[in-house]
Amino acid sequence: MVTKFSLVILLLSILCISSASAEGASASMLADTCLGCHGPDGISQGPATPTISGMSELYIIGAMLAYKFGDDEDKVDEIIEADEDLIDVEYFARSSTVMDRIAQGYSVAEIKLLAKHFAEIPFENAEQPANADQAKAGAALHETHCEKCHENGGSSAEDDAGVLAGQWAPFLKYTLDDYNSGDREMPKKMKKQMQEAHESAGDDAMRDLIQFYASQQ
Amino acid sequence: MTNLNRRSFLKATSGAIATSGLSFPFIANAKNKRVVVVGGGVGGLIAAKYIAKGDSSIEVTIVEPKAHHHTCFMSNEVIGGDRDISTIKFGYDNLASHGIKLVQDKATMIDAEAHKVMTAGGTTLEYDRCVVSPGISLKFSAIEGYSEEAAEIMPHSWIAGKQTALLRSQLESMDDGGLVVIAPPQNPFRCPPGPYERAAQIAHHLKQNKPKSKLLIIDAKDKFSKQGLFMQGYKDVYGEMIEWVAGADTGGGIKSVDTKTMTVSTDFDEHKVAVANIIPPQQAAKVAQDSGLADDSGWCPVDLGTFESKQHKDIHVIGDASIAKGMPKSGFAAGTQAKVCAASVVSLLQGKDAPTASYANACYSLIAPDYGISVVAVYALAEDRSEIKKLGGGLTPMDATAEARAREVQYAYSWFNNMTAEMFG
Repeated sequence: MVTKFSLVILLLSILCISSASAEGASASMLADTCLGCHGPDGISQGPATPTISGMSELYIIGAMLAYKFGDDEDKVDEIIEADEDLIDVEYFARSSTVMDRIAQGYSVAEIKLLAKHFAEIPFENAEQPANADQAKAGAALHETHCEKCHENGGSSAEDDAGVLAGQWAPFLKYTLDDYNSGDREMPKKMKKQMQEAHESAGDDAMRDLIQFYASQQ
Repeated sequence: MTNLNRRSFLKATSGAIATSGLSFPFIANAKNKRVVVVGGGVGGLIAAKYIAKGDSSIEVTIVEPKAHHHTCFMSNEVIGGDRDISTIKFGYDNLASHGIKLVQDKATMIDAEAHKVMTAGGTTLEYDRCVVSPGISLKFSAIEGYSEEAAEIMPHSWIAGKQTALLRSQLESMDDGGLVVIAPPQNPFRCPPGPYERAAQIAHHLKQNKPKSKLLIIDAKDKFSKQGLFMQGYKDVYGEMIEWVAGADTGGGIKSVDTKTMTVSTDFDEHKVAVANIIPPQQAAKVAQDSGLADDSGWCPVDLGTFESKQHKDIHVIGDASIAKGMPKSGFAAGTQAKVCAASVVSLLQGKDAPTASYANACYSLIAPDYGISVVAVYALAEDRSEIKKLGGGLTPMDATAEARAREVQYAYSWFNNMTAEMFG
């Protein structure tokens, strides 16, 4: 009796899961909801909201999980361990203004669809002014401290780190400010490199890096 | 080839096809599906673009009387003085590059039976499906003494353009020490946080230029959108300059106005004003009423998964005019509804089922140049299709840091640039 009952429950739950996934919104339907803020095709017109297309799929998933689950690392570990697609996702808690609220509305399955969708659209560099001297100093800092993870001058998505080159400068500034204030968690390697960048170039280090990334058009 | 005209080219190719026995779909199925979009605002433009993108064989035509569109979003910053009105003015030049036709004329009636849209200029446009995104009409008569003419003296500024410029010029020329009254209507109405953002933007102008002046929001309602955040922001930035009066304290807000004596009255009291911004109650635009798309509420009931009218087949209503139960009447909502509607229209015209919908809202309000707040939401259709159900989202936290407030302003400007790129790009 008990087994029969649990079998029914099991079958029912399988039915529920399969019908939910069959009726779920498509990647493009889900992605369309992002574009009002992030721009047509996920390419932002600025001045601050970042372009989300052309990022690495794993990077987008990591970012969305961080927005959705905050600093609940145990929960995220559980999700990552249960899904072999996510095994290489790196997770670092990050602060936000609206994305933590918005991410609550998407399931992990939907986040995966969104990430794949935006990863397949090519990144376009933002057209913005940049100070040439500062950008030059920033290029040297990048080469020494950042290039190992943010390859090709910060333009690569294949390294699964964030695309920095051609991203909107105010967004880069917010992000670096959050790292430096501790509002956003850094990978260990990055923490060390950021410290060294500060030591070598002082207060100008962050400004120069931002100008370097902004200068890539 | 240059000497070959289109007809002889078609003749030549069809001859070749006839001998080879192949079918030629463009000739065999020469009559494309037609969609007529009524209204060139957020909903209409985005629906048209997404339908054209979704199936390039569909002929898409927008009917819009105005040569230019002034966005309602950021019009409060024009009123507050930080933004020039030219920056919220957009043209329709790019529509052609998306294969969309523009008929610059006013749609007066949609004949659901005959599948035709009639215009004031006497044009008749046939459609297979019609998307109606006509916005709102103002119920002037709900306030005694108020009318379209009275709005030239006490502007509503709730449809952007001339009315925006009028309110701005009145604020510029008023004397220091005068009283400004904003009268927001009962729900539902376009842009629920709009009157309260406007209060902040007007206070921003007064604080710099006429610091002895006072601003009174005499509300028809007892609560309003983002209320806690607005009240906190008013106090933080403008001290005692802005006072909000709940509907319960006046018997339901402003009931009558007199443009000769420049007074506005509730059931209990009367105020002599320097500037009055009277925002009357609203309903779906006239063309929706005249075409039988609205119900007794004055708004248009729709299937929430496809936005097809519940009153008439093959007509979809989106944006402020529709009853999108669960979503606010915001510009962003109109855009997201347009995308859901467009995907449905494309599928239905191709003989397929409409896809599963996903919706969102993102709405920023600017209290000061470095002080922004927001509300966001992600939605799905309820299983019984009775509402658009919120899955996540929420408000800016109370007592957020100054840095977070400043960032929200920059994200609001980005929202504006990206929304207008979606519409006019």
